[in-house]
Amino acid sequence: MSRADTPDAAERPGAQRDPAPVTAGAGAPAGRRLPPSLGLFRSELLITFRRGRTLVLLGVLAAVPVLVGIAVRIETGGGPSRGPGGGPGGPAFLAQVSNNGLFLVFTALAVTLPFFLPMAVGVVAGDALAGESAAGTLRYLLVAPAGRTRLLLTKYATVTVFCLAATLVVAVSALAVGALLFPLGDLVTISGTRIGYGEGLLRALLIALVVAASLTGIAALGLFVSTLTGSGIAAMAATVGLLITVQILDQIPQLHAIHPYLFTHHWMSFADLMREPVYWDALVRNLGLQALYAAVFGSAAWARFAAKDITA
Amino acid sequence: MGEPSGTEAESPPEPAHGPAYDPTPGPAEAPAPAPSAPAPAPPDGAVIATRALTKRYRGGQPAVDSLDLTVPAGSVFGFLGPNGSGKTTTIRMLMGLIAPTSGTAHVLGRSMPRAARTVLPRVGALIEGPAAYGFLSGRDNLLRYDAADPTADPRTRRHRVAAALDRVGLAAAAGKRAGAYSLGMKQRLGLAAALLRPRSLLVLDEPTNGLDPQGMREIRSLVRELAADGTTVFLSSHLLDEIEHVCTHAAVMARGRLLAQGAVADLAAGMRGRLVVTTPDPGDAARVLKERGAGDVAVDGDRVTAQPPDGDLAELNAALVTDGVRVRGFAVERASLEDAFVALTGEGFDVAG
Repeated sequence: MSRADTPDAAERPGAQRDPAPVTAGAGAPAGRRLPPSLGLFRSELLITFRRGRTLVLLGVLAAVPVLVGIAVRIETGGGPSRGPGGGPGGPAFLAQVSNNGLFLVFTALAVTLPFFLPMAVGVVAGDALAGESAAGTLRYLLVAPAGRTRLLLTKYATVTVFCLAATLVVAVSALAVGALLFPLGDLVTISGTRIGYGEGLLRALLIALVVAASLTGIAALGLFVSTLTGSGIAAMAATVGLLITVQILDQIPQLHAIHPYLFTHHWMSFADLMREPVYWDALVRNLGLQALYAAVFGSAAWARFAAKDITA
Repeated sequence: MGEPSGTEAESPPEPAHGPAYDPTPGPAEAPAPAPSAPAPAPPDGAVIATRALTKRYRGGQPAVDSLDLTVPAGSVFGFLGPNGSGKTTTIRMLMGLIAPTSGTAHVLGRSMPRAARTVLPRVGALIEGPAAYGFLSGRDNLLRYDAADPTADPRTRRHRVAAALDRVGLAAAAGKRAGAYSLGMKQRLGLAAALLRPRSLLVLDEPTNGLDPQGMREIRSLVRELAADGTTVFLSSHLLDEIEHVCTHAAVMARGRLLAQGAVADLAAGMRGRLVVTTPDPGDAARVLKERGAGDVAVDGDRVTAQPPDGDLAELNAALVTDGVRVRGFAVERASLEDAFVALTGEGFDVAG
């Protein structure tokens, strides 16, 4: 908190007459600390998830498993298809979907993780501060006073919740579509062993959490971009543009030296959770990289926002 | 500031030695004249005090230049100036939104922006127009702004929000989307946000913008009500008329510099009134007035105006009549704040409404 001071009482005896309270139950005297409350965080969640744009994004994400499920269903005619093992060409786990609806969860996440999910996160994160700035509400939050560090942390926490919500929307939609269109039951891991349906569900949940965590890097990046501009649209476009650039760089073999540092590089490692035993190396590297991005761009966002002149 | 005339335009008035103020503002329509022997304002009595406050945006001219502003406690303080004179930049520095390039700003006795967390809960602000979340209702907008204040009690939140909406006359539209509000309603919503808690200081930037005459009257009476409760009100406006009606004190800015500050009555009193003679014989009247030492004589139809000469004006009137000038009206028009403003800035003013 660069602009804070010691939280002693603001009242100085004799300096000010206290005006008559506006209402009877006016609450604690200004300046005195109440126990920390989650009011701003709750308010932040409310405005994020009540915004029409957020709901459209989540709707699009929910539609992806429906499209994939229907396509697979039409293609295979409902009958069991090829055996285990990722078929060449298609997204991970696609070939197994018609055998077991649960695989639609993994397929849907594999389809949405490279672009749809991070784009949605980029839109929400990019708009987080720049949108408030463009609407003029940022100045009123800051004179409330929300506190710059507190507001930034609340924004990041909210974007993280959105990462989880977006991932779960995809997963739950896929689970429902998979259960409707395809048989359920025991499933075969990548390593060829069989696990029960309950164990499979648990793995699906774990994968959803890892996918959500994979998005925290771009969330911090988007929030940093959001502190740089006063236009929500510009921040969203810049964040999504960065995502596309990084995805392209990751495809160029000549640049393999920088690949391990690109935040998208280890995203697909979540599939390793479907091995028996689980192969943790790439998973840990992915989560470590996301933590690094969150730390670097989170600090950059704080350094920028704490000292920024709010002229909008 | 006994002499708010154009001569001292370049030297800012002495800080902290403004005329003594009456902590309980008198009827705002006719502010009581300040005592003739002004006592220095006690440092604790200043709700806002800036010293050499300067803001220079990247590479440009200073937007605010060595500002020494003193706002006494309990005053309704009018902050005047043409567009681009640095009013909003000053307000943003006072609210901790932008950092000064140099100089200091104290609000409620504490340094800004360092003490923002303890000072701002006691300050209600309307800065450069209202801003709201269009997809939220008016009530939900206020609930959010209140939640942003860590010192506001969540248990009384709904109650305080309802009271604030009621106070600005928005209770009936509380459940409506703020995006569907008219400009006047948004302005009221912004005022309600400033009134969510009891405040020691209200900073209102153009509070009557977008309001109809009835709305303006309501806001002015609200400001007086709040001032009567002991809240200091810092009011920026481009409506001189509004400042004259509502404010006890005023400051005038132009091109980033403070030209004058003090009690409204003093600012206008520094200007001498103009003598106005209404007569069917304007030519003769002008000649007599010049002979008797009146300056700056101007004839406009049957109105002859002039700077009154020294001496008894009754003698002057008698002289006019003796010389055969038929006098219909003979009066001294009191100088308005607008006259003072024009004399200070040497330029006209956007006197809307």
